[in-house]
Amino acid sequence: MKHAPIPIRTAVAASVAAIGLLAGHAAAQSMADVQKAAQARGLSTADLLAAAKTYTPSGMKDEFVIFSSGGHSGQVHVIGVPSMRLLRTIAVFTPEPWQGWGYGVGNDVLAQGNVAGKPNLWGDTHHPALSETNGDYDGEWLFINDKVNSRVAVIDLRDFETKQILKNPLTVSNHGLCVTPNTEYVIESSQYGVPFGWEYATMDKYKETHRGCVIFWKFDRKQGRIIPGESFAMELPPYWQDIADAGKLASDGFIFINSLNTELATGGVQDKKPPFEAGVSRNATDLLHIVDWKKAEAVFRAGGAKEQFGFPVIPIETSIAEGLLYLTPEPRSPHGVDIAPKGDLIVVAGKLDPHVTVYSAEKIKRAIANKTYSGSDDYGIPILDFDAVVEARVEVGLGPLHTQFGNDGYAYTSLFLDSAIARWTLGGEYGKGTPEPDWTLVHKTPVQYNVGHLGAVHGDTVNPLGRYLVSFNKWSVDRFIHPGPLLAQNFQLIDISGQGANMPVIYDMPIGFGEPHYAQIIRADLLKAWSIYPEVGWDPHKQRIDPMAPKKGMERVTRDGSTVEVWMTVVRSQFNPDHVKVKQGDTVIWRMTNLERAVDAVHGFAVPAYNIAVSLEPGETVTVEFIADTPGVFPFYCSEFCSALHLEMMGYLMVEPN
Amino acid sequence: MSLGFIERIIGPRVSPEEAWERSIRYGTPGFLLLAARILLLTSLFLPYWHMELQAPQYPQGLHMTAYLNHLTGDVVEIDGLNHYIGMRSLYEAAQLEREVGVFIMIAFVVLLELAAYIHSRWAVLLVAPVVLFPVVFLVDLQLWMRHFGLNLDPDAPLSNSIKPFVPTALGRGGIGQFVTIATPGIGLYLATAASVVLIAALFFHRRAYLPLVRQQAAEANDGST
Repeated sequence: MKHAPIPIRTAVAASVAAIGLLAGHAAAQSMADVQKAAQARGLSTADLLAAAKTYTPSGMKDEFVIFSSGGHSGQVHVIGVPSMRLLRTIAVFTPEPWQGWGYGVGNDVLAQGNVAGKPNLWGDTHHPALSETNGDYDGEWLFINDKVNSRVAVIDLRDFETKQILKNPLTVSNHGLCVTPNTEYVIESSQYGVPFGWEYATMDKYKETHRGCVIFWKFDRKQGRIIPGESFAMELPPYWQDIADAGKLASDGFIFINSLNTELATGGVQDKKPPFEAGVSRNATDLLHIVDWKKAEAVFRAGGAKEQFGFPVIPIETSIAEGLLYLTPEPRSPHGVDIAPKGDLIVVAGKLDPHVTVYSAEKIKRAIANKTYSGSDDYGIPILDFDAVVEARVEVGLGPLHTQFGNDGYAYTSLFLDSAIARWTLGGEYGKGTPEPDWTLVHKTPVQYNVGHLGAVHGDTVNPLGRYLVSFNKWSVDRFIHPGPLLAQNFQLIDISGQGANMPVIYDMPIGFGEPHYAQIIRADLLKAWSIYPEVGWDPHKQRIDPMAPKKGMERVTRDGSTVEVWMTVVRSQFNPDHVKVKQGDTVIWRMTNLERAVDAVHGFAVPAYNIAVSLEPGETVTVEFIADTPGVFPFYCSEFCSALHLEMMGYLMVEPN
Repeated sequence: MSLGFIERIIGPRVSPEEAWERSIRYGTPGFLLLAARILLLTSLFLPYWHMELQAPQYPQGLHMTAYLNHLTGDVVEIDGLNHYIGMRSLYEAAQLEREVGVFIMIAFVVLLELAAYIHSRWAVLLVAPVVLFPVVFLVDLQLWMRHFGLNLDPDAPLSNSIKPFVPTALGRGGIGQFVTIATPGIGLYLATAASVVLIAALFFHRRAYLPLVRQQAAEANDGST
């Protein structure tokens, strides 16, 4: 017996009536209702104000977008501001089945990140770098590093998909990542000292055998790829280089890189030697690296680099001789080296020094020109005299880590130990924008808890926009329900549109998917992402039509020897063909095109037993290849709830046994 | 002197001097016929008919626009949805009409051009098809809607829950969760305006030339007797 279909008119009438009731209710609301609801939940006036600043009703869109590193999730997370809603996770170094990443989509890209010939299917993403034009974000590309295996990925912001992964052959781990003001180079700085090329050496020869490096990856915007053949590296002492930032405007042409282990500590706690945490922190200062990248590029192009493990490397001696590399003392255990909007000031925060130390680009240039050295390090690299290059030191609190800039002359520094964000005033031209005296701590807003990096809107560009700052807290302790002992991190949104002590926390966002480090915040209207692929049959990897893409009306299965090719179209709610018969041992090349042109009409392609999951966004073509080694009957289906007849959107892969 | 067949059809001639002297009387029909030609030619480039489909999951709605010679808008998406109820692709509807639409319009312009030279009642025959055109357009549209709505593929996924129906050519309708709103386009309004102008043109035509025709007939009668 058939069920009577639900009378549509009745359903429509009922929902219209319901909407009518709701609308009637809305009209009757008053501030008294708001007060009542606030009282019932114990909300203060400050809470209601924060809610008014952040609550984003259905359909309202965010003004800004955070691109956050995903830490050991190996991905990038995209979050709206001020709503603090997670908009998207971009799969990068780690397979991710929703996007099909590593299960049929992007397998080749992931394989580019093979380490020593083997897949390493996770990453520890730290520092996202949006592409820049004239020192400001342009919203076109995003770069992200993987600390654990020293890799760099290129993400296309037209479709938010990873297009390229690079593994340098020199070093093992990295930390810093930044771009030059017009994205000529993506700069990767190594972290822990190791012998180049994954070679073996014992710790007693650390100073001689271990090295750090900075890699200049040449980016070709037209191709949307880094060109390894035009990239080069500079050899550095094994000082554990850390964060790097590229100079701009007044400091254009320089790269600044922090380092932590100028002590050359090698650990050995089991042999009663000082553990790393003590050995690495012994010296009163570490060494800020100052690299003249434009000169380095000229030296590389003139053949001044030596090939090491298939990669051109400028040796330390050449860097010294050509004046490419200088050092200067910096507060110990530094993390952020951050360049003020005009490029004239370089702010370094050392976690074990309560000050931020501010260097002058002008003074650095003068000291280089006049050779105002206080000596040189063990490798012969000149050390610029600290007093000759420093502009100011501002006591901001305990555990300063990273600095961002506002639009009005304030700088903001995260304080890990104080669990606070410090607002302080810059001097010179910047000082005119702030009522307080120059170079002064203005206010500390407590955050919950243990803030690492912080991010302000365009806060590391030539044109910071102020408004919001996000404190990327490592611990949340008591802020959220405990979902077992692995707690979420806490992204706290801070309103920095006021002055002085007015910078309240207005929203907490739990991050339950890895531990983010740095994140950048861009104006949403600078992003020009596609809602659907431009044409049907689009190959997202090449960003053009795939000439082999299956077309409507041309669906077929062909066989050539033991190779079976499937040309399948996908549309609501059918796969065509929906029977695919092969023989055990056949090589199957399965091409599929999503014919849809409607926004959000995504289909999935899920195949049991063969570890295949594909996401087919409107217009997209994907090709998967596998050996049909397991005989049987395998129902494949659409893994996106695409339509009312979604469950019916399936087919059978029949693998006939030998 | 009896009138020849051709002379009877083209009607009496007005001397240039008289036409100049009574330019309103003799100029108005020609002017209105010219206005109608311009309206029709303009309508070629403008939409004749809109269909909007509203549903919760399409917050912007789906839109389809019919011109005399082509369809634009979310036709692929609407076709995709229609396949669930077994409706044929909209591209298959009124193919002949869309192919000949432009030529019909050119033919209309030629007819009106001829009508401007014919000062007898035969002018009505030339103008009438153009006057009736908007009505014919709508009737043709409704017949196609009826044909498509009543001839659904019985093997379609939703053929059990959606029975054949006649979509409305103008006004609101409904199918499934969709509300359909069909409205005339500006091109159809221009064609309708052309019809009104043409009726006015015929009125002024009659006023200008009927006395001349009668006079001519009387003179012919006198001559033969």
